[in-house]
Order: sequence, then C-alpha cells, then structure tokens
Amino acid sequence: MKHLAITVALLSWLGSVASEPIVVASKNFTESYLLGEMIAQRLEQAGFEVDRRFGLGGTLICYEALVAGEIDVYVEYSGTLEQTILKLGKRTSIDGLDEHLVSRGLALLSPLGFNNTYAIAVRKEVAEERSLERISQLTKYRDLRVVVSHEFLEREDGWPGLRRVYGFDWIPDGIEHGLAYQAIADGSIDVTDAYSTDGELQRYDLRVLADDKAFFPTYLAIPLIRHDLSPLAQAAIEDLAGTLDDSSMAALNASVVFEGEDFASAARNHLGSIGFDIAEERSSGFDNGEGFSKEFDSLIRNTKRHLWLTAIALFTATSVGIVLALAVFQVSWVSRAVLYVAGLLQTIPSIALLALMIPIFGIGMLPAVVALFLYSLLPIIRNSVTALVTVDPVLRRVATAIGLTRYDEIRYVYLPLAMPAILAGVRTAAVISIGTATLAAFIGAGGLGDPIVTGLALNDTSLILQGAIPAAVLAIATELVFEGVERVLVPRHLKVLEEPT
Amino acid sequence: MDECVRLDDVGKQYGGQWVFRHVSLTLPTRQTTAIVGPSGCGKTTLLQLINGLVRLDEGDLNVLNAPIPETDLPAFRRKIGYAVQGAGLFPHLTVQQNIDLTARLEGWSESKIRNRVAGLFELMGMDWALGARYPYQLSGGQQQRVGLCRAMMLQPPLLLLDEPFSAIDPITREEIYGHFEALQQQENVSALLVTHDLREAVRLAQFLVFMGDGHILQHGETAKVLESPATESIRRLIETQL
Repeated sequence: MKHLAITVALLSWLGSVASEPIVVASKNFTESYLLGEMIAQRLEQAGFEVDRRFGLGGTLICYEALVAGEIDVYVEYSGTLEQTILKLGKRTSIDGLDEHLVSRGLALLSPLGFNNTYAIAVRKEVAEERSLERISQLTKYRDLRVVVSHEFLEREDGWPGLRRVYGFDWIPDGIEHGLAYQAIADGSIDVTDAYSTDGELQRYDLRVLADDKAFFPTYLAIPLIRHDLSPLAQAAIEDLAGTLDDSSMAALNASVVFEGEDFASAARNHLGSIGFDIAEERSSGFDNGEGFSKEFDSLIRNTKRHLWLTAIALFTATSVGIVLALAVFQVSWVSRAVLYVAGLLQTIPSIALLALMIPIFGIGMLPAVVALFLYSLLPIIRNSVTALVTVDPVLRRVATAIGLTRYDEIRYVYLPLAMPAILAGVRTAAVISIGTATLAAFIGAGGLGDPIVTGLALNDTSLILQGAIPAAVLAIATELVFEGVERVLVPRHLKVLEEPT
Repeated sequence: MDECVRLDDVGKQYGGQWVFRHVSLTLPTRQTTAIVGPSGCGKTTLLQLINGLVRLDEGDLNVLNAPIPETDLPAFRRKIGYAVQGAGLFPHLTVQQNIDLTARLEGWSESKIRNRVAGLFELMGMDWALGARYPYQLSGGQQQRVGLCRAMMLQPPLLLLDEPFSAIDPITREEIYGHFEALQQQENVSALLVTHDLREAVRLAQFLVFMGDGHILQHGETAKVLESPATESIRRLIETQL
C-alpha cells in the first residue's frame, strides 16, 4: 500500500517534470549567480527543464518568491537564515533551521561545503614572516596595521564581538571594503576583514587566519527548496553537496570576476571536475555577455521589455492618476490625503515594495509593472491636482454660469486648461519610470536592469553600460516624444503665459 | 409691467455675517436695470443669486416666473446670459468656439449656429475674421464684445452683466454702449447691470437701484431717481459723478 502511494506520488511528480520547468533563482552577486547556474545545469543534465530567474534583488525577494511558490530553489546561507530570515537570535544547527522551514513549506538540502563567513585576511609575506595562522596570534603583534571595513567595525558579529572573544584591546581604523583589498595588495595595510570566498583572496594572495575561538557565525551555502520539489530533482541537486570548499569557491568567483569567464562555463567546469560532464552546446547557460550578435540580441530584447514595462505602467498611472485627480481636486482635504498617500508610496524602497507584493503578484512582469505604476502616480496626480485647482476662478465661474454641466465643465474647460501641466507630470513620470524600470531585474522581469544588475555583481563596467546607455537613450527619446505630443495637444499660446490679463 | 425677476425679503450671509438682508426688488422685462453701489455692498452677490451661482439664506426668489430649480441648474442657466469684467473668455478656445460652445452642447445645427453667430457679429460691429482668433490676440474691447456675444448666443430672455465695461478705455466703452443698446433692443432682452459707475448706469439703464450698507437705498426709474434722490449719500454721488 505504502509502495503504491509512493509510486503514484512519483508518477505525478514525473508528470509535472514534463510540463512545469523548475525555476532556479539566484541573488544579485557573483557567487549566487554561479551556484544558481550549477544547480540549473545539473538539473538540465538530469533531464529537467529549467527556468533561470537570476539576479533577484537580495535575500528578501528570493525568500518571499520561494515561499510564494514563484521559484523552486535558490542557494541561501545558514547564518542569513538564522539571523535575517528566521531571526532566531541564537546559533542554530542546520536541522534546527530545517524544522523552522518545514512549516513554511520549505526545506534545506545538504550544504555545498564552503562557509562564506567573515574572515581575517593577512598579506602572505606578513603571514610567513610571523608564522601567523590563527586569529588569536594577532594579540602578540601589536605593530601590524589592522584596518577593517566600516560595516565590520560596527556589526556585533564583526570587530566588537571579535575584540571581546579574542581580547584585543585596540580599535582599528575603518575603510571601504572595496578599497581594503587594494590597500592590502600595495602593502599600506597588513590585516583586514574579508568574506572567506571572495575571489580577491586568491588574486591578491592573502592568507586567511583560522577562527580558533569559533567566533564568526557560519554561513554555509545550502540549497533552499520548496518542500514539494520532485525527489528526482532534489537528488540531482544533492549531487553538488560537499563538492565546494572555501578555496575552490573563491577560485570560481575569481575566475568570473578577474578572468572574465562567464557563469555558464565556470559552473560547467566545476560540474565537470566532480564527474558531471556537460557538452558545451547542451547548456543554455545564463548569459553574462559573450559575442557581439548575442549582445545585440539581448540589447534588443532588454530594450523592448523595458519599454513595454514602462509603457503599461505609465498608461495605467496616467489614466488612474487623472481620473483620481478629477475626482478629488474640489475637496482640498481629500486631494491632500491622496497626495500624501502617493508621496508615501514614493518613499518605500523598491526592494521592500517588491518584496511586499510577491505574495500578491508573485515575481516577473506583473509586480514590476505594479511597482512602476505606484511610483508614477505621484508626479501625475500632483501636477493634475495643482493644475486643476489653479484654473482661473473667473473662468470656473463663467463655465458654471453659462450653463455647462459638471461633465462639460471638465471636458471643455478644466481638462484643456490643465492639459499642459498634466502632460508635464506624465512626462516626468515617464522619465522616472525609464530609470526605475531597472528594478524589474530584481524580480526576474528582465529589461535593461538585467545587464546592470549582472554588471554590478561582476564589477563589469561594459556590462553595466549595456543597460545604462540604452536606458539613457530611451529617457531622451521619451522627452522628444512628449515634446511632439505637447505640440499637438497644447495650443502654442498656452505654453507660455503671454496673454494680457 | 411684466417682471422677470422678483426678490422678496431676500438675505445672504457668509459665516454669520449678513451681506444684505430684507432685500425686495422686481426687475421689469425688456428693460435694463442697473445696480449701483460701492465695492463690497453686495451687488455682485445679488446678481449671482439670480443665476444660482450663490444660494440665498432667507426670503423668496423668482426668476423667469419660477423659483430657482433644485435640479438641472445648467438648463436653467442657459436661459440667462452672463458677462463679466474682463470678459472671462476661455483662452484655449477660439472666438467662434467661445461663442458657440453652449449652442453645440444644445445640439444646434451648423447652419443655425452660423446664422446666429453672423447676426451677433453684425450687431456688435465685429469683423468676421475675428472668429478664428484666440482671445489673447484681441484687444480688451474686442474681448468684451465677444463676451457679450457668448452671453447672448442662446437668445436668453435675461442677461446678467457684472461690470463688463469697467476695464475698457472711455472711447471704446462709448462705442460698446452703442452696440449693447442695439443688441438689447433687437433681442428684447431684460438686463441687470451691476456697476460702480453711475454715469454708465444712467447711460444704459431705464431703472436704477442704489445699494449700500447691506440693503437697498433707493429704487426707481432713472429720471425720477436723479430728480429726487432719497438720501444724502445718493445726492452727493449724483452731484460728483454726473
């Protein structure tokens, strides 16, 4: 009986394998892209169809998307689960984390091996000279120039805790994390904090000191899945368990960041090294920019998507904004309230707004359009309301007195007189939307944000420009289009106030 | 004599302050009545009671032999022409569009509109070519004539004039007075003119109403009022202004 149940379940899963692709996601930094790509390739190799949603805007978005069933798997870190997601406040084992996740329909697979935590890095020559191997040894070398990142200096799991546990009695200077590697490479400092799988550790030949008092929390990379992911897929992902140690992960990161290898081939190399060879053409790999025609295709695709997102959001916001403005402008406290709410929406950071919407709209184009719509409302409503309430009171009185109905007043007097300002509002909203639409990349909706987000993760300026330049061109084109629209819709003498009063 | 407007013991207040109270007045048809008084005496408010722009707080008001309707005010207002100081033309519409807007909304035919506008242009001594211009391209006097055309477009039996001539230079004003009189006679319209200019009131109106301190000081045929002013202030006004 039990066997039968399992067989039925297995068959239904197999059925779903054929129809529904498995959605693999990643956050927007190099290591996460790489791990997502490895999982995606392993699943494809095992015969699954895979939908890649890479570069999502951080922990919150990934986690909410997984809970909402929009994605099926991504790689999370144990420390992040413990402190940021589950907010447990105490060290918790992986089994302990798993228990908390079960009730949310999620599950952890086995750790991939490495621990991407804080580390204390020392220049190789210094380490050899003083035979430095453990953090506790630092107390003996007060002459070393220790400089750490600003964040590390403040965080409880950074210097303050480290100092307490290891008994350091000095407070180092702070530096930007990105500059610390430069500084340690050119010898101006000796010791700094790092993430244990940073590609820079290898590039600059740095030594990581052992955390001999086990102070740093562990950040084991673990595939986090939906509980209902097919067991066959789970098994395929489990093949990656324990195959990456700190230095091999760091080497892979370095190969992408410093040697310009793309995510797909770096991931393929690792899979090959653990016995899962993949034919090169088989992999549809995540594209981080290779070859001119491929780049051109993705440019066109991203630009189209970007325009589409902006156009839908703008059209909806314009319709809703103008109707709303017309509905409220005559009652000043209501229009103030509407403007406050529209202003409030503007202050919600995009990542937070997107995360809030995942349970309702999922990920992809819809929430991106909704977010752009909400951000576009303010300039449109504000300009419309201002223009409507500032229509000359004499003209309002005349419009009523000559016997126009409410509708006719709006149609023939208010709207045409407010039109220049309303159009200016829509124009502002359009240009802002073109800029803001890059946020679509955070929830896998594509657009010109895609190359920007990937480029930021890779510190690859040319990739960033592949998104930024077309976005700038679109913004200018939008201005030009609106100038044309204004020429058609607004009589020339209404553009500047040149009429005698 | 027929009456087109009757006010019985009418009062209007803003925030507990009476603008005027116990005002009773009838306006004869096909005549021009002028309300004269200093700024702030409530004469414009009185005028706006008649087309329902302002609601009265006490008393009875009959306009065109009926109380002001509770519903469909626009239809009621189309029976009352309205012209204001500075003309109040819609800047986004041409002269023609300003004048024929309500006629189009009433569903008049093109030919009926054309004939009516042509007739009004002729009465007001306006060049046909002005029709295609925008208000900002007209002089103040031309704008005011367009304002009168708009007010008269639907051939209303009653015309309300709120200081329409006060911002125009004296020579042009005299010219427009002539056009207005021609219009008034041709159209047989009853007119109520609000003005602070006694000279203008005497020039255009058959009946005079003096307002001051929130009530009516004197009301009667123009010649009689001028002959025997009821108060010292009216007598002084007549002496200084005429």
